[in-house]
Amino acid sequence: MSVVDDADAPAERLSPLEEFRRAPGAFIGRRPHVALVPLVLVVVVGAWESIVRIWHIPEFLVPAPSAIGRALVAGLTSRLYLEHFWITFYESLLGFLIAAAAGIACGTIIAQFRVVERTLYPYLVALQTLPKIAIAPLLIVWLGFGLSSKVVIAALVAFFPILVNVIVGLKTVDAGKLDLMRSLDASRWQTFRHVAFPNALPFVFAGLDIAIVFSVLGAIVGEFVGSQRGLGNLILQFHTSLDIAGMFAVLLLLAALGVGLHLVIQVIQRRVIFWAQADHVIGA
Amino acid sequence: MSAPVIAVSRLEKTYLTRAGSRIRALADVTLDIGDGEFVTIVGPSGCGKTTLLRILGGLLAASSGSVELLGRRISGPSRKVGMVFQDPVLLPWRTVLDNVMLPVVVLRLDRATYRRRARELLALVGLTGFEDKYPHELSGGMRQRVALARALVHDPALLLMDEPFGALDAMTREAMNLELQRIWRESGKTVAFITHSIPEAAFLGDRVIVMSPRPGRIVDVVSVELGRPRDLDMLGSDAFGVYTRKIRQMLGPKGWLE
Repeated sequence: MSVVDDADAPAERLSPLEEFRRAPGAFIGRRPHVALVPLVLVVVVGAWESIVRIWHIPEFLVPAPSAIGRALVAGLTSRLYLEHFWITFYESLLGFLIAAAAGIACGTIIAQFRVVERTLYPYLVALQTLPKIAIAPLLIVWLGFGLSSKVVIAALVAFFPILVNVIVGLKTVDAGKLDLMRSLDASRWQTFRHVAFPNALPFVFAGLDIAIVFSVLGAIVGEFVGSQRGLGNLILQFHTSLDIAGMFAVLLLLAALGVGLHLVIQVIQRRVIFWAQADHVIGA
Repeated sequence: MSAPVIAVSRLEKTYLTRAGSRIRALADVTLDIGDGEFVTIVGPSGCGKTTLLRILGGLLAASSGSVELLGRRISGPSRKVGMVFQDPVLLPWRTVLDNVMLPVVVLRLDRATYRRRARELLALVGLTGFEDKYPHELSGGMRQRVALARALVHDPALLLMDEPFGALDAMTREAMNLELQRIWRESGKTVAFITHSIPEAAFLGDRVIVMSPRPGRIVDVVSVELGRPRDLDMLGSDAFGVYTRKIRQMLGPKGWLE
């Protein structure tokens, strides 16, 4: 027999790269932002450079982009920045991984048992509203100036967006899917495994995406409060010596770290939850 | 006639609303469905037909009266029943074949044996070659075919269908009705099919159960004595028109429809 109603099945799409290769002009015509995004960068950096040069603004106030570039290259070639970069990277990533494991485990337990949820809910709300980085000085007292205090702060800050999204994701299962499982007399575990858990994954990834950025924030704040190494510590050192170009260079490294980690999450997300678009999901 | 697959006797269903008032959804429903019979249930929105189907599927408990499936009182969902809902409710993270296999996995049946059956059912609903696609790659009609294959995979005695083609466009819907008739004839299943379309009810049903608005009760049962297989040309025939007019008159004068 013939399939009569596949006319409205989604058509195969060309990849953007393939599209560009076939007709570069038309490709940019359809997506003007591809050209406009770098253009904005060029205009802003150019204007900045010109203003600093024309009005002879001193470097300890606002350094020119070229000065920042020189500081960045010098710092990277002397390996000074890289050493601090890896410290902050390590603190953020380890903190994030701890937060992810704890957030998913706690969220799952809370969503499964109503008693646990009702009991812990007021405390969760209280902790949620507390600015977690305010605990940083306390953690430095307890854990010292080494890496562990920074890892714990990063984990603490990253924990809540994951927890909240896991709970919401596990509880936002559409009634139709639950009816289907009930009609098959599925056990609680089967319903969790085959429906609730995969259903929660897009939410979990939304939480992880927020958390990875938060973990960098936590690590930096921890380093501000008390540390010997790391990019946050480097910013404080440059602050003392009024090396403003150096500070901007470190900020660029921090931005690169944040963007890099975010992209890693995006790549994993696209492979794991291939069926869902991230924009169908609410944030924390 | 052999023992009925479904025997409903003096079924009542009353809901308690949040405000505390009682809503009578079904009143004194008595109905037998025989082995291999295709019964359609038609009625206006809110007549309790979905409630009736959910009770037959063991998803809802009756307030009073008795409901028996193959001679046993229904106390909950049964593996002898396959359900098709208004939406296909496919799991987007599973392939077409794995969606059809879901009842096999949940009911812990032998996967190797039933995988062959799942492929055969996908062929029966015209989806050969789509086994490894994901639901988002299919059209609405194709998704509902997958749902139909899923409902049949564990070889249930009874197929319950709740307005399965309501969301499809008219042309696809007619094509699906033809398909369903063919699948029913080939599989020999007993089918209870809910719809609010009078032509659909008359086209598919051996008998059409006509229900009144809340509280839902059976107004009449129309036996449709038209040959099988029925085809789309029959929709324009005088004989068919007699049945649809009769059903419409039962629903119409009191303004229950539209």
